[in-house]
Amino acid sequence: MLEAAATAAWHRRLMLGLLLAPALLWLFALIILPHLDLALLSFRERTGTREFVASLAQYRTFFTEPLYWHVFARTAIMSAIATALTLLIAFPVAWTIAKLAPGRSGAMLFVVCLIPFWISETVRTLGWMILLRESGVLPAMLVHLGITAAPVELLYHDATIMVGLVYTSLLFMVVPLVGSLESLDNSLIEAAYDLGSSGFSVLRKIVIPHAAPGITAGCIVVFMLALGNYLTPTLLGGKNSLWFTEQIYSQFITRFNWEQGAAFGFLLLALSTAMVWLGLKLSGQRFADVMRRT
Amino acid sequence: MNAPAAVATATPDLEARRVVKRFAGHVAVDALSFSVQRGSFFSILGPSGCGKTTLLRMIAGFIAPDEGDIAIGGRSMAEVPPNRRPVNMVFQQLALFPMMSVGENVAFGLARRGVARAERNRKADAMLERVGLGGAGHKRVDELSGGQRQRVAIARSLVLEPTLLLLDEPLGALDLKLREHMKIELKQLQSAFGTTFVYITHDQSEALVLSDHVGVMNRGRFEQLGTPQELYYSPATPFVAAFVGANNRIAGKALAVEGDLVELQSSAGWTIKARRSGTIARGDAVEAFIRPEVAIIGRQVAELAAAPQQAVHEGEVESLLFDGANSAVLLQEAKTRFEFRIALPQTGRYADLKVGERVVFTFDPMRAVCFAADGPHA
Repeated sequence: MLEAAATAAWHRRLMLGLLLAPALLWLFALIILPHLDLALLSFRERTGTREFVASLAQYRTFFTEPLYWHVFARTAIMSAIATALTLLIAFPVAWTIAKLAPGRSGAMLFVVCLIPFWISETVRTLGWMILLRESGVLPAMLVHLGITAAPVELLYHDATIMVGLVYTSLLFMVVPLVGSLESLDNSLIEAAYDLGSSGFSVLRKIVIPHAAPGITAGCIVVFMLALGNYLTPTLLGGKNSLWFTEQIYSQFITRFNWEQGAAFGFLLLALSTAMVWLGLKLSGQRFADVMRRT
Repeated sequence: MNAPAAVATATPDLEARRVVKRFAGHVAVDALSFSVQRGSFFSILGPSGCGKTTLLRMIAGFIAPDEGDIAIGGRSMAEVPPNRRPVNMVFQQLALFPMMSVGENVAFGLARRGVARAERNRKADAMLERVGLGGAGHKRVDELSGGQRQRVAIARSLVLEPTLLLLDEPLGALDLKLREHMKIELKQLQSAFGTTFVYITHDQSEALVLSDHVGVMNRGRFEQLGTPQELYYSPATPFVAAFVGANNRIAGKALAVEGDLVELQSSAGWTIKARRSGTIARGDAVEAFIRPEVAIIGRQVAELAAAPQQAVHEGEVESLLFDGANSAVLLQEAKTRFEFRIALPQTGRYADLKVGERVVFTFDPMRAVCFAADGPHA
């Protein structure tokens, strides 16, 4: 009897192992191995042709060269602002989908949010360029309406990057928000209203505390997407975009300085980890609860 | 119907004047007028879909009536949003805030009114004490039992000292035993606080046990408004007779009308007599209702001790429905096989009846009621 039970338990474990194998293999081969290699790269310095010594020089360069850490801080701040803007725009959208639009029309709204993602990100971003460049649609319209005398260049501003980042991230905020708002019982809102709440205090005391895991989940995803975005800042911000991913790209590809690029990559990883941790601390959420919402 | 709920000595706490609400062409509440006296327990009893929830939500202010007016404490509530009405509601699923402690739930309304923290904590604790939950303020809502949550939901509303407390079938989610217990507790709470309660339910026993006055609602209108005793002993319409309490319903045709008594014959040919309610002429389609406890059962005619002019009917035991003090027997009338329910005496006499046994039964025609038939209904 006991033996049979033990065999069954072993079978179950084997089954679980087999089911997890592809994911674990993927994780190991494509995430852990390259990162280990990059970690080793980042902690060495080239002293001559094919001669390397272990050193912290790559990290030291980051702190001594103002351009690098300026871009780093700028990327972090811009990403945080993009996250906040995305939340502000996505919240009413999610509220409409989850609470106001009944049944089918809610699903339709959701599809409308999804449709832009059927097109490749490059094409979407090029679409923005067609709209915003000096000879583009929007500047021409401004001239036509008499708002500006001559066409203005709307590309290559920080605001343009922000528009692109928010646009790219919107869906990733809307999805967790809709999930957490849908699970909010309408009678809680009515009860709060019945007990004398204003619309604002219903939002502050009932809706936001209930949706907090969804809000945190959306913010984490959007922040990481913005921080790691390469295409949008490069295309919409041009040479002045000063995004940290571009620094990494140029170290690896243009300068062929893999050691420096690896160090930058790890700094970016440290930054996003720190921001996620800070976000969880500030909102008082637990990582596991939040991840279930994404 | 439409008699005032009671002789109003002061301004009624709630007054509805010809309130109408339509949804997509369907009339949910149909020109309803009634008033509820201060400090009373008023129930709205009706089957699901009768419009009672719509009515309650109009009183709370979540939906606006299409026509008519609702006044609370003598003040018209038109254009007054729910958060400014002197009314609080206990929701069907209670709607306690899971993100807050029990104490914070109770203090929630006070905080919205700008009461200082120390003061509202004191009031919340005092209110929890009054509902028998002293010291539970720090607990989380999901640590409480169903009955305790019920009391928190009531405390959360009563701490605001509303003119009117609305209760939307708050016992529906509880199991039977707890429901019986909470019925008594609700009644005690209401008399202790003296707040006017407006209670909606589809459970006639809840309405009868709890209320001072009950409005029986059907298809957006009140069929009858009166005390539980009036509803039970003198139902005004066939709907009320069928909906409130158990009843034997016999449909047929009026053979003769003599003063207050109607002689009616069922379609199968069984003839009985019952008290007339409303105008009935010979040959009209009628329906009579006889409560199970009005009929008396016996093995011999002599046991019945019936008045000489009272008809004695014969029957055969079809099944015994044992339920302690509420035990009953289901008979088939001897000639027409009409199914008839009779409550067994609580002394336990006749508890030994056997299925198939021949019995006799009788009832006082003045305690049975006969209406002109008003078509099919629940």
